[in-house]
Amino acid sequence: MNYFELFSLTPSYRIDTAILAERYRELQRAVHPDKFANASEQDKRMAVQRTAQVNDGYSTLKHPISRAEYILSLQGLDLSHESTTVKDMGFLTQQMEWRESLEEIASHTDPDELIDELRDSFGRYEKQISVQLASVIESQNKNDLNTAADLVRKLKFMAKLQEELARAEDALL
Amino acid sequence: MALLQIAEPGQTAAPHQHRLAVGIDLGTTNSLVAAVRSGEANTLADANGDHALPSVVHYQSDAVQAGIVAEQKATQDPHNTIVSVKRFMGRSLADIQATSHTLPYQFEATTNGLPLFVTKQGKVNPIQVSAEILRPLIDRAEQTLGGDLEGVVITVPAYFDDAQRQATKEAAALIGVKVLRLLNEPTAAAIAYGLDSGQEGLIAIYDLGGGTFDISILRLNRGVFEVLATGGDSALGGDDFDQAIYNHLQAAWQLEDLDASNSRQLLVEARRIKEALTDNDQVDASVSLTDGQSHSLVITKADFEQLISKLVRSTISSCRRALRDAGIEADEVLETVMVGGSTRVPLVREKVAEFFGKAPLTSIDPDRVVAMGAAIQADILVGNKPESDLLLLDVLPLSLGVETMGGLVEKVVSRNTTIPVARAQEFTTFKDGQTAMAFHVVQGERELVDDCRSLARFTLQGIPPMAAGAAHIRVTYQVDADGLLSVTAMEKSTGVQASIQVKPSFGLTDEEIGSMLKDSMANAKQDIERRMLAEQQVEAARVIETLSAALAKDADLLDESERQAIEAGMATLAQTAANADTDAIEKAIEALDEASQSFAAKRMDNSIKLALKGQSVDNI
Repeated sequence: MNYFELFSLTPSYRIDTAILAERYRELQRAVHPDKFANASEQDKRMAVQRTAQVNDGYSTLKHPISRAEYILSLQGLDLSHESTTVKDMGFLTQQMEWRESLEEIASHTDPDELIDELRDSFGRYEKQISVQLASVIESQNKNDLNTAADLVRKLKFMAKLQEELARAEDALL
Repeated sequence: MALLQIAEPGQTAAPHQHRLAVGIDLGTTNSLVAAVRSGEANTLADANGDHALPSVVHYQSDAVQAGIVAEQKATQDPHNTIVSVKRFMGRSLADIQATSHTLPYQFEATTNGLPLFVTKQGKVNPIQVSAEILRPLIDRAEQTLGGDLEGVVITVPAYFDDAQRQATKEAAALIGVKVLRLLNEPTAAAIAYGLDSGQEGLIAIYDLGGGTFDISILRLNRGVFEVLATGGDSALGGDDFDQAIYNHLQAAWQLEDLDASNSRQLLVEARRIKEALTDNDQVDASVSLTDGQSHSLVITKADFEQLISKLVRSTISSCRRALRDAGIEADEVLETVMVGGSTRVPLVREKVAEFFGKAPLTSIDPDRVVAMGAAIQADILVGNKPESDLLLLDVLPLSLGVETMGGLVEKVVSRNTTIPVARAQEFTTFKDGQTAMAFHVVQGERELVDDCRSLARFTLQGIPPMAAGAAHIRVTYQVDADGLLSVTAMEKSTGVQASIQVKPSFGLTDEEIGSMLKDSMANAKQDIERRMLAEQQVEAARVIETLSAALAKDADLLDESERQAIEAGMATLAQTAANADTDAIEKAIEALDEASQSFAAKRMDNSIKLALKGQSVDNI
C-alpha cells in the first residue's frame, strides 16, 4: 500500500491538505498504540508499526517537496540519495546573489527590511517553481519527469535558503 | 500492595467495571497523584489533607521516608536527604558535576558513570530514590480509591531524552507498577484545560517547574491533541531562581566555604524570598548560621527580577524556536497555558504575556494541572472510556542520530517528528568476511558526537561472512509512543536477523537492575520468580482474550488452516498457563504469537480500511 492509497487519495501533487489532515486523524484513531493499551503485546507492537507508517505517510504527503519526491519515486525516480545537482546557470547565479544578500543582513542599515524583502522574493520564486512542477509531475513523459526532478531540486535549494534566512533572523536577536 | 492484579482466565474484569488508574506528576520539587472520580479529575490528598508530596527522600539507617517528614530533615541531615532527584535521572555523575549546583551529597559512580548517593542505607541510585517518591503516592491512591491500581500514567518533561524517560519507567517497574504511558507534562496540562473549555486551535503550553522548562505548541482538533513542536531546557527551573538569590546573598554577606547544613539553610531562605516576592514588593532576608553569626538584607522585587532576567529571557528564546519549528507566528496562538509553580513569578507571567501578546491562562492551579491531565489520560487508557475521542500525538523532543566517521553525527530521526516513528538505514561491510559492526546512537541537535548525548552503543553480530560490500544490513530505529528507542537489524540478502546488544550509555547494566530488584523485595528470589510467573500468566490471559474476541469478530479474514493453527495455539497456551512454569508459558505465547502474526496484521489493515470507509477516494 503506498501512502496515497493509505490515505485514500488520488496520487497527485495538488492534494487538499485539509482532507489529508482529517484522514490522518481518522487513521490515528484506528491504529494509535494508546487504543491498544490493554491489548496483547503482539497487537501493541503492530499498532506501533502501523502508526509509524501512518505518521511517515502523513509527513511525506504534507510537505510539497517530500510529496513531489515521493510521487517521482513511485515513477522510479529516486532523488533522496542522489548526487545530481542543478545545472541551470541562471538559477545558480540567482542563488549566489541571494546568498550574498543573506550575508549582508548582519551589517545592513535596516536588517528587518532586507529580511522581509528576501522572504518575499523567496516566496514568489518558490510559488513560480511549484506551479511549473504541478504541470509536469503527473505526466507519463520521461522528459517531463526529468524536468519535474530538476524543479524539485530547485525547491530543495530554496528550502535551504529559507532555513538560512531564519537563522540570520535569529542571530539578530 | 499487590504487585499485579491477576484474574483467572475467563474471569477478567467485565468491560463495564470501573478500573482503577491514576496519573502521577513526578516533579522535581513536588509530586502529585490524581484520579478521575465521578467523571472529574482531582488530585488526591494524604491523611493530613496535603496534595503535594515534596519530592524529598530521607535515608535513615533503619528506615526510608519521603515527603514532608523527609523535607524537614533536609537542613539537619543533608547528606542523607535527597532533594530534586529528577535532575539526576538518566544523567552521569560527570554531567551533574559539570552543571554543579550546591550539592551536599557524597557521590560514587557506577561502572557506567551513573551517580550513586552514599547514604546511611548504603548506596542508592536516582531510580531507587524516585521509586521511594512513587511508593507513598501509589499507597495513597490505593487507600483513597479502595483497591489495587491497574496502571498509572507518569508525566515527564517533553524535553526529557531517552535515558531520562527510561529511568522514569524503571523507577515504576521497581515497585511493580504498570506504566500505561509516559506522558509529556505540557500535553497533560493541555488535556486538563482543553477538555474543560472545549478549545479548538493552536495552544502554547509554557511549563516552568522546579528544575525543568518546556514549551510545547499543540493543535487541538476534535479531541486530537497534536504536538507540533516542543522545546526547552531540561536543566532550567525555579531551582535556578533560588540559586540566583542564594548566590546574591552569599556574595552580599561574604559567606565563603559554607558547610552543607548552612548552605541548605541559605537555600531554604532563598526559596522563601522568591515565593514572598510574588505578592510583595520587598522582603527581608535573614539567616542565623551555626557559628552564631546572623545576617540580614532587604531584597526588592526589582533586585530579584534583575537576578533572573537572563534565565527568563532564555525561556522566551525557546518559545521563539518552538514557534518556528511549528511553522506558526506568535499571534496565531489562541491560548497560552501556564504550568508549574515557577509560573507564579510575576516577571515570568509578564514576559510570556508580552511575547504571545495575550494574558496566559492560569485558572487551573499550575501545580496540579499536570497530574489532573495525566489522570484523565490514565482513565481512558485503562479502558474506562471506550467512546472517548481523546488522542494524543506527541513528538520526539530531540533528534536521534548515529556516529559516523570522524566523530560526526548522521541524523536518523529529526526533532519534532511525530511518534511512534520508525526509520531504517542501510549499511554495508567494508572487509571480507566481516561478521560484526559497532554502532553508537546519540540524541541531540549538534553535528559532533561529543556535543550530543550518548544514548547507546551496540554491536551487530552474526552477519553472514561475505565479500566486502556484499552484505546489506538494514538497521531499524523505532521510537514508541512513550518516546523510547529500540533497534533491530537484518542482513537483507540472506534475511539473517543480526542480534543486537544495546548498552545504554547512561542506563544501568542488567546486573545492576537485577540487584536493585532484589533489594526492593524482602524475599528476593521467590518474589522475583513469583512476579515473573504472574506477569506471564496475565499476558497469557490477555493474549487468549484478545484473540478470542478477534476470532469472534474477524474470523472471515482467515482461511481454515490459519484459524485452526491459532485455535490450537490458544488451547496449548491455556493449558500451559495453568501450570507454574514461567519459561513454558513464555514459549507458548511466542508460538501463538507467530501463528497469529499475519492475522494481527490483517486485522490492523482492516481497521485502517474501516477508518476511511465512506470517505470518497477522490480528493478535490
